[in-house]
Amino acid sequence: MAAVPESRGRGRFGGKPPGRGLSEQRLGWYLCAPAVVLMLAVTVYPMLQALWLSLQSYRITDPDARRFVGLDNYVLILSDSLWWQNVGVTVLITVITVAVELVLGLALALVMHRVIFGRGVVRTAILIPYGIITVVSAYAWMYAFSIDSGFVNSWLGLTNYDFFSQFGSSIFVICLSEIWKTTPFMSLLLLAGLAQVPEELQEAARVDGATAWQRLWKVTLPNMKAAIMVALLFRTLDAYRIFDNVFVMTGGAHGTETVSLLAYRQMISRTAVGLGSAVSVLLFLTVVLIALLFIKGFGTDLSRARGER
Amino acid sequence: MRLRANLGLIIAACLIVMYALFPVVWMLMLSLKVDAQSPGFFPANWTLQNYLSVFRSGLFLSALRNSVGISLIATVLSVVLATFAAYAIARLDFSGKKLVLSMALAIAMFPTISLVPPLFEMWRTLGIYDTWLGLIIPYMSFTLPLSIWTLSAFFREIPWELEQAAQVDGATPWQAFRKVIVPLAAPGVFTAGILTFFFAWNDFVFGISLTASEAARPVPAALAFFTGESFFTQPAAQIAAASLIVTIPVIILVLLFQRNIVAGLTSGAVKG
Repeated sequence: MAAVPESRGRGRFGGKPPGRGLSEQRLGWYLCAPAVVLMLAVTVYPMLQALWLSLQSYRITDPDARRFVGLDNYVLILSDSLWWQNVGVTVLITVITVAVELVLGLALALVMHRVIFGRGVVRTAILIPYGIITVVSAYAWMYAFSIDSGFVNSWLGLTNYDFFSQFGSSIFVICLSEIWKTTPFMSLLLLAGLAQVPEELQEAARVDGATAWQRLWKVTLPNMKAAIMVALLFRTLDAYRIFDNVFVMTGGAHGTETVSLLAYRQMISRTAVGLGSAVSVLLFLTVVLIALLFIKGFGTDLSRARGER
Repeated sequence: MRLRANLGLIIAACLIVMYALFPVVWMLMLSLKVDAQSPGFFPANWTLQNYLSVFRSGLFLSALRNSVGISLIATVLSVVLATFAAYAIARLDFSGKKLVLSMALAIAMFPTISLVPPLFEMWRTLGIYDTWLGLIIPYMSFTLPLSIWTLSAFFREIPWELEQAAQVDGATPWQAFRKVIVPLAAPGVFTAGILTFFFAWNDFVFGISLTASEAARPVPAALAFFTGESFFTQPAAQIAAASLIVTIPVIILVLLFQRNIVAGLTSGAVKG
């Protein structure tokens, strides 16, 4: 039997045996290493690669013309009105969906929090949109609004109105699908926050004669601010990368192209690796900016989101 | 007063159930239409033909095989790695704890589409473009954060003293682990697994950009490129049938594990 490198007996200094901290330290890192390496290998390394590629003019179809062009790709993108239009559309979709989801998600959370009869049924039902494939949700709503196979036109008494023939109505259907699919996630995050509002506070407010509306605004919401901010941060970042719904419903037609779709199109359809990478880097920087705004600007407390207590 | 409030709650609960199920019922109706070109919610003429043609199309079956295989492998591997990390975070005293948790959070916020250009390039160089492995790797790294949070939240709640207590009562270390700790940890591991599976099953961005053929193309990507049996038929009803088929696993998992999923989503993200 090999000698144990550190003594397991009572330490000279009392309390923890000497060396235990060190071996525990090492074991901790060994256990985390595979997960950490994998997470870094698929995010940080490719991101650096993207940064490098974004400084080159490079198309897969024409590898000989590959050359270093510095910041030219960025200048090209930022001076193109298409980029700014796509950013505008993405921001519009993000603001609409996150705002509606917050209100609707809060309503759902309040009902789920208080309903006793049929609680399991409601929670099971709400998980179906959460679990369903986004592409499936996109098809469901697209066909519902389409002229040949849909029912919305006849229900609303609009004959042959083509929802996907123009910007406004296309965005409406895209947002509808996105909201339907992701509100359950928002409402479950809010439900967790709701469960932390002390019941005694509610009771005290009730005794003091506060109406249900006043209790919501003065007691419930202020006490779940942390949960609301975390839910908003997660959903905003998620909404800003919207891709699936737009891809399926319009493919970016009628000015509905979002930033993610632009990155995809440059890369896969046009095989412009340099330009596509530059769009990706810009998208990444925007997401970092949004996260910083939430954390520093609005004081979103992420220690709870990290699972620390 | 009390009765009225209760009635209101029950009506609200019914509305939520309708909200959740309505598009699914609509897809079912669409998939049963003989003529997808006919407007209206209910089919004028009912048929199961669309399901038959979907199952007869080799494209859908290969996509289904890819999706099931890739999602299951990614789920198992991701949960195993996350279990190691979460055990270290919940049980051991080591300095990297905060760093690992912060890194996981940062990666959960990462815009996946940003990685498409570099991964496309890297995977082609490494020769894993359009393979199962090429999708399993990104699925694992993007589900690890959620699994690590969920599991470390679960592991922190486990009364680990019970393991020693069992050994004092005469159990061997292995028995103590298997009979005491495994049953306590299993629900957490299951939860992490389901959430991981949902992510992999749902993914579209990697599915369309890192595959090029039936060799690895998963269902969501195949649906988006599905054109029907012939160029002239509108594939709406068949897409609806295929969509419904791939929604069935989601519904089964939700029905079986509703409690675990809710606990996982809420403990992982907002824990008081």
